[in-house]
Amino acid sequence: MKRHLLEAADLDRGDATLVLDTAAQIDTALAGREVKKLPTLRGRTVVNLFYEDSTRTRISFELAAKRLSADVINFSAKGSSVSKGESLKDTALTLEAMGSDAIVVRHSASGAPHRLARWVRGSVVNAGDGTHEHPTQALLDAYTIRRRLGRLEGVRVAIVGDVLHSRVARSNVGLLHTLGAEVTLVAPPTLLPVGVGSWPVSVSYDLDAVLPKSDVVMMLRVQAERMNASFFPSAREYSRRYGLDAPRMAVLADDAIVMHPGPMNRGMEIAAEVADSVRSTIVEQVGNGVSVRMAVLYLLLGGNPTA
Amino acid sequence: MTTYLITGARPYGEAAVDLLLADGRIAEVGAGLSSAAAEVVDAGGLVALPGLVDLHTHLREPGREDAETVETGSRAAALGGFTAVHAMANTDPVADTAGVVEQVWRLGTQAGLVDVVPVGAVTVGLRGERLAELGAMADSAARVRVFSDDGSCVSDPALMRRALEYVKAFDGVVAQHAEEPRLTAGAQMHEGDRSARLGLTGWPAAAEEAIIARDVLLAGHVGGRLHVCHVSTAGSVELLRWAKGRGVQVTAEVTPHHLLLTDECAETYDPVFKVNPPLRTTADVHALREGLADGTIDAVATDHAPHAVEDKESEWAQARPGMLGLQQALSVVVQTMLEPGLLDWRGVADRMSARPAAIGRLAGLGARSQGRPLAAGQPANLVLVDPAHRSVVDPAALASRSRNSPYAGRELPGRVVATFLRGEATVLDGKAVK
Repeated sequence: MKRHLLEAADLDRGDATLVLDTAAQIDTALAGREVKKLPTLRGRTVVNLFYEDSTRTRISFELAAKRLSADVINFSAKGSSVSKGESLKDTALTLEAMGSDAIVVRHSASGAPHRLARWVRGSVVNAGDGTHEHPTQALLDAYTIRRRLGRLEGVRVAIVGDVLHSRVARSNVGLLHTLGAEVTLVAPPTLLPVGVGSWPVSVSYDLDAVLPKSDVVMMLRVQAERMNASFFPSAREYSRRYGLDAPRMAVLADDAIVMHPGPMNRGMEIAAEVADSVRSTIVEQVGNGVSVRMAVLYLLLGGNPTA
Repeated sequence: MTTYLITGARPYGEAAVDLLLADGRIAEVGAGLSSAAAEVVDAGGLVALPGLVDLHTHLREPGREDAETVETGSRAAALGGFTAVHAMANTDPVADTAGVVEQVWRLGTQAGLVDVVPVGAVTVGLRGERLAELGAMADSAARVRVFSDDGSCVSDPALMRRALEYVKAFDGVVAQHAEEPRLTAGAQMHEGDRSARLGLTGWPAAAEEAIIARDVLLAGHVGGRLHVCHVSTAGSVELLRWAKGRGVQVTAEVTPHHLLLTDECAETYDPVFKVNPPLRTTADVHALREGLADGTIDAVATDHAPHAVEDKESEWAQARPGMLGLQQALSVVVQTMLEPGLLDWRGVADRMSARPAAIGRLAGLGARSQGRPLAAGQPANLVLVDPAHRSVVDPAALASRSRNSPYAGRELPGRVVATFLRGEATVLDGKAVK
């Protein structure tokens, strides 16, 4: 494993499989335990440096670090020195001077974790940067798929929605390709990046054509405000053409699953009856997120996962 | 005034001769010259070129003296072999009045290292709403001929048309920063495979090309003089070729960084490589080199853009666009154009001295002319270059007040050994004299 986890490309197939296997070991070790805590990272300090609001991801990382017995500091850009104009570099050096071993960073600027990694000695974990990547989301998605379907090699994954602005999509494209899955991106042409042709994926504008050939349908959050910039004419039209509703879900193969990284726009990209169906792994993804992030922190910071 | 005898220099890389500089002019050119009173400069093995002229320099003064001043930028220019630089108008306050352009001009005269030629803003405050007093700037002591809102595009087509028409009265030229703003909202880098992967908002080539296409049509229609700043795409070169073929009065410049670097530099997310227009693809780089070689692109211009450390040591999106260029411009041209055989030394002199001086209307100013050939009787503006020298760029060693060089750690050919401005040395032994 590299020292940092900045993007999916930091993980080769062996590394990625190791993370998933480690997460599975952690799940097994903790299953049925009353005290869900391992002593592995006792005395180590993990900082959650969040420049964007993200309750879900921050709590997931916080819980992961705490279950490994690390000391956790939550540093939110709001109400901190950052709002007084402190630079990312100064903040990073300050946190490091206080003895942080790992910085988990969420930032609205693509590449911010890469910058951070050049300024600090500890490990940097990208918890989502701009429209670039969100590698632990891709790891927890892969973990979820593997648990549900028993494999990743050859699994047909449709990623549907705002690929252009989605860090979840970029990380999933990279990681799923590394792990041998076949990815198809489905979106209106306006929500696919120019240059998508160089990605190791298929591209379709037609959700109905792709659904019957998919083992996994991963719906991306689509912000209704995008219609103001003419990415699509209206929320209703988007929903009609690219939303996953009950009739569309009905054409899926029997064991196909529906995923969503959250937070969902019910009624926009995903209908309530789909989100709440037995195919949906949405709640399961959240739980798996903690295990996968424990595995990542453990592997980056060292230690024995089950000691 | 000092009299200099330069011995053994090779003008335009051709046969070695001696040059005697006296009273601000090249007094004599020939073999075996001697002068008892002259200070001798041994230029054996060095190439002599006319003093370089930059059409596009950001000197930051007034307003951002922490990033650069007229004096520090002039020193960087002299060390780069320049004897004249056009100082862009996007200062604070904006150079949109006779008062501000005269201030910049006066600061340049006081520094005395290069001729600082102010560029006037096209529109008040660079806001693109109404014309600045272009005539007052033209008639001022600064004698402005180049007008530009550089940093912003004059995107309103009616306003651009009027500007192109109006400057005809004093033989001015509108230097357009070609960027359709509606196509580049939030743009961070060239839009293509890399921007898609890096998650940085794309700056499409079409945003530049659309404005160039529009402006050459307007310039042709009203008979005005258009200059296109920092051309960066293969499509732009094609459009310029087409327009020149139709007789439109259009000229264009390319920066050293667009001749050498590509969008691959963005992979590190180091904002030292963030620039506007952005670094493009290898195919664009090759088209730009070919365009410069065949004269479709008239000039190399640095777009020297100093920025304070805090404006670059940040997230990519927060960083200001722009990079240093004055001290490495000639080296980059040697590497990208001369060494591959796309230009000879006469070609380099043409693209870096004669043509930019002609575009800025600096060639016919008598003793104060720039961009004149190396010949007896001409103003003694010249640079001596050691083409065999190679060195690694160290930003800390640069004369600029800023350190944002995209060439840091890169080995480049060529070294400016001496620069003369109207017969006085501004650089000797590779060091600024003041």
